[in-house]
Amino acid sequence: MAHSSELIADDIEAYLTSHQYKSLLRFITCGSVDDGKSTLIGRLLYESHLVFEDHLAALEADSAKVGTQGGDLDFALLLDGLSAEREQGITIDVAYRFFSTEKRKFIVADTPGHEQYTRNMVTGASTADVAVILIDARRGVLTQTRRHSYLVSLLGIRNVVVAINKMDLVDYSQDTFESIKAEYLEFADQIGLADADHIQFIPLSALKGDNVVESSGNTGWYDGPALMEFLETVEVDDDRVSAPLRMPVQWVNRPNLDFRGFSGQIVGGSVRPGDSVRILPAGTTSTVARIVTMDGDLDEAVTGQSVTITLTDEVDVSRGDIICAGDDPAEVADQFEAHVVWMHEDEMLPGRPYLMKIGARTVGLTIDDPKYRVDVNTLEQLAAGTLELNEIGVCNIALDRPIPFDPYPGLALGERNSGSPGNRETGGFVIIDKLTQNTVGAGLLHFALRRSHNIHWQDVRVDKDARSEMNSHRPGVVWMTGLSGSGKSTIANIVESKLHTMGVRTYLLDGDNVRHGLNRDLGFTDSDRVENIRRIAEVSGLMVDAGLVVLVSFISPFRAERQLARDRMADGEFIEVHVDTPLEIAEQRDPKGLYAKARSGDLSNFTGIDSPYEAPVSPDVHIETDSIEPEAAADMVIAALRARSIIT
Amino acid sequence: MPTGARLTHLQRLEAEAMQIMREAVSESDRPAMLYSIGKDSSVMLHLARKAFFPSIPPFPLVHVDTTWKFSQMYQFRDDTAREIGMDLIVHQNPECIEQGINPFDHGSAIHTDMWKTQGLKQAIDMNKFDLCFGGARRDEEKSRAKERIFSVRSPQHQWDPKRQRPELWNVYNGRRSPGETLRVFPISNWTELDVWQYVHLEQIPIVPLYLSAPRPVVERDGTWIMVDDDRFQLREGEVPETKSVRFRTLGCYPLSGAIESDATSLLDVVQEMLLATTSERQGRLIDTDSSASMEKKKQEGYF
Repeated sequence: MAHSSELIADDIEAYLTSHQYKSLLRFITCGSVDDGKSTLIGRLLYESHLVFEDHLAALEADSAKVGTQGGDLDFALLLDGLSAEREQGITIDVAYRFFSTEKRKFIVADTPGHEQYTRNMVTGASTADVAVILIDARRGVLTQTRRHSYLVSLLGIRNVVVAINKMDLVDYSQDTFESIKAEYLEFADQIGLADADHIQFIPLSALKGDNVVESSGNTGWYDGPALMEFLETVEVDDDRVSAPLRMPVQWVNRPNLDFRGFSGQIVGGSVRPGDSVRILPAGTTSTVARIVTMDGDLDEAVTGQSVTITLTDEVDVSRGDIICAGDDPAEVADQFEAHVVWMHEDEMLPGRPYLMKIGARTVGLTIDDPKYRVDVNTLEQLAAGTLELNEIGVCNIALDRPIPFDPYPGLALGERNSGSPGNRETGGFVIIDKLTQNTVGAGLLHFALRRSHNIHWQDVRVDKDARSEMNSHRPGVVWMTGLSGSGKSTIANIVESKLHTMGVRTYLLDGDNVRHGLNRDLGFTDSDRVENIRRIAEVSGLMVDAGLVVLVSFISPFRAERQLARDRMADGEFIEVHVDTPLEIAEQRDPKGLYAKARSGDLSNFTGIDSPYEAPVSPDVHIETDSIEPEAAADMVIAALRARSIIT
Repeated sequence: MPTGARLTHLQRLEAEAMQIMREAVSESDRPAMLYSIGKDSSVMLHLARKAFFPSIPPFPLVHVDTTWKFSQMYQFRDDTAREIGMDLIVHQNPECIEQGINPFDHGSAIHTDMWKTQGLKQAIDMNKFDLCFGGARRDEEKSRAKERIFSVRSPQHQWDPKRQRPELWNVYNGRRSPGETLRVFPISNWTELDVWQYVHLEQIPIVPLYLSAPRPVVERDGTWIMVDDDRFQLREGEVPETKSVRFRTLGCYPLSGAIESDATSLLDVVQEMLLATTSERQGRLIDTDSSASMEKKKQEGYF
């Protein structure tokens, strides 16, 4: 038994002291139920004395009743509840389980199920120190073995156990073991896993207990460690501790006017008072004064610790900044190449504005068309226009401001990141949808794109205000959204005429006209619609910058893209007008005969028919065309412009 | 704690909890800590003080009260809040007060639902909290093993297990749509032994009811129930007797079973717990049996 009952009984204090200095190891198990994964985890829990007598009695009874092991203990039953959960319709993704031995505490990320596998495995692997990949000795290296191994390599797990299970069913054959090992090593080389610190092959039987906790007499030809011994002794973490200092600032700690500290967790290297540091992205330098904790000031803090640092100078430091080693700071950039893992049922839309959260910083993010996606089963690079749930691709990404970062140390990214040790915490990010606030993906930064270093915004002295002063009005955008045939263009034309007679400088951007020129390369798929609107928002923004009142007449069916356009303008410059016509009426009008074509199947992705229209929740102007005449509608728009003092 | 190149498991868990709390506070407008006065709450509160030191944790403690806790718990709660200097918000469901809801006349299910589940929703709505810390652990029961550290609740306070957000590295998404709230569990990855070990190491004050002492009890359904005040409805023939007992979990006193024990110090308690082969776990069989109902409760908005 792993917990020494005698020591507990004789000297509880000594026992607790020994327990106190245990280290913690987090690992992930990869494999399916068929590989004996539940049996293996069940046995590890059992062997570490986490199964009590009453549970054991229940296990014996269950094993006899429903077990698959002919009366022997069926350890998989210890992890029951999964099938029940499935029946209840509860999503099974990542479950965390806990056990400890005399030497270490363990947290196991268990990711059952085949569906959602990539999302779940990437999530579990992101915090794991070690991966245990199960292979059924009878079946050898399978497609799923390759998939699991690739993800382990991509996420940068540097210690891998290849557990060749069910050795009892192949008569503990060394030849079988060696041939699986040779095949695996060849494959490991292709995915960078050969650069791992350890790859340990262990022949075992989770069911019979061979080489799980103790070395087995059935595999006399194997002189390596049993699984538990490997897990108890493998060294992890060293590369992070020796890396340069990185501490993302989570919270500026100001209990009173005399104290200003920066609270965060050290995610790389170590720090001492007197160390020179550089604060990114600003690039200011300072010196560490104190490392403050409730247990007293520290002489040194290391990777993993949560502390509060004070500096000798009054420099400007905010949440999201990274305090770096003065002589080895992170890079700063706003455009990158990255691996993106998509984790949501709604596909990724290139060009759509998302949020990136990296460390303690959240910034605006747009993703280009994928350069390619990776088939996680074959590792082939395939052409892709988007990424769907559980797909992984390589994309260029752009942020709305520069961030400090390190390359992500994924082994599968070896060549891309050469020359930098990288850092998981300053190179890994999640992607958040701006409307639902859900986490929809994750990414690994490779490197900054060169162009991002070279682009500097020109310092323009003649600015928007200066241009606006030459006009008798302020600039702004009237954004008309609605179904095809709702009357947007009719109303927009009347508004422009009225403004023109008032001496207002205007320009009308109309969907059809723009699609013949600027956007003629775009079709009507969701991602093209996003790009369509992005360009119009940019053009409108430039025209607003030039001092004009811009009238935009576009179906613009997606809320997120209209929000993108709004975000592009300053406060009070954007007026969203919903030209609201019921679908039946728009279809009756059908001025261009498009609804008829869509209904007959000659035209696909038509808004309202086979492509959705997301109506504005609270538009600035709401025009219900079945009760308002175009002339009156135009006056409503003019009134809205007056209310915002764009015109007088 | 001593520092070295490699952190111990408790140091890693402590640092993780502090990082989670700082992240949660930074991404919310009105955070609060749900404080149940138990040992897990005590540990969570201690971690909060560490996370924000030298500042006082920048949120109030919220106790969703049932008026039926042990008197020693109320004493401990008020002393703790005063000593740390944090605001304490005590919420008692006014409907329950009006109707005199109690475990004797209404049974534990109605009592718990009305005072605790409904009371918690009221406390969050009335104070407009957008994020609440809770002391739940993943090792407690199966449905928690897969709950996120940052867990989204709908405007109706419901948990949707199908809509959980992936959590990678130490990056937590604390954003909410209008009306949504978050529950954040900083000690998700702690086990029961970790909690006791940490209480011991850090000398964290806990309610004395966890330690054995002579207490007036009656036997009901095979367990000892303490007669904590004169509201206790004795059944015919029941006479309180004095026994050396302690409590493994603390709640409403008429619903908390005590065990006979000689463990009068914290070390004794940990020793008893570690040596237990059946009894400690049997006490938890209720949890195991009701794992699905716990899931249901959570979907309804219970903690």
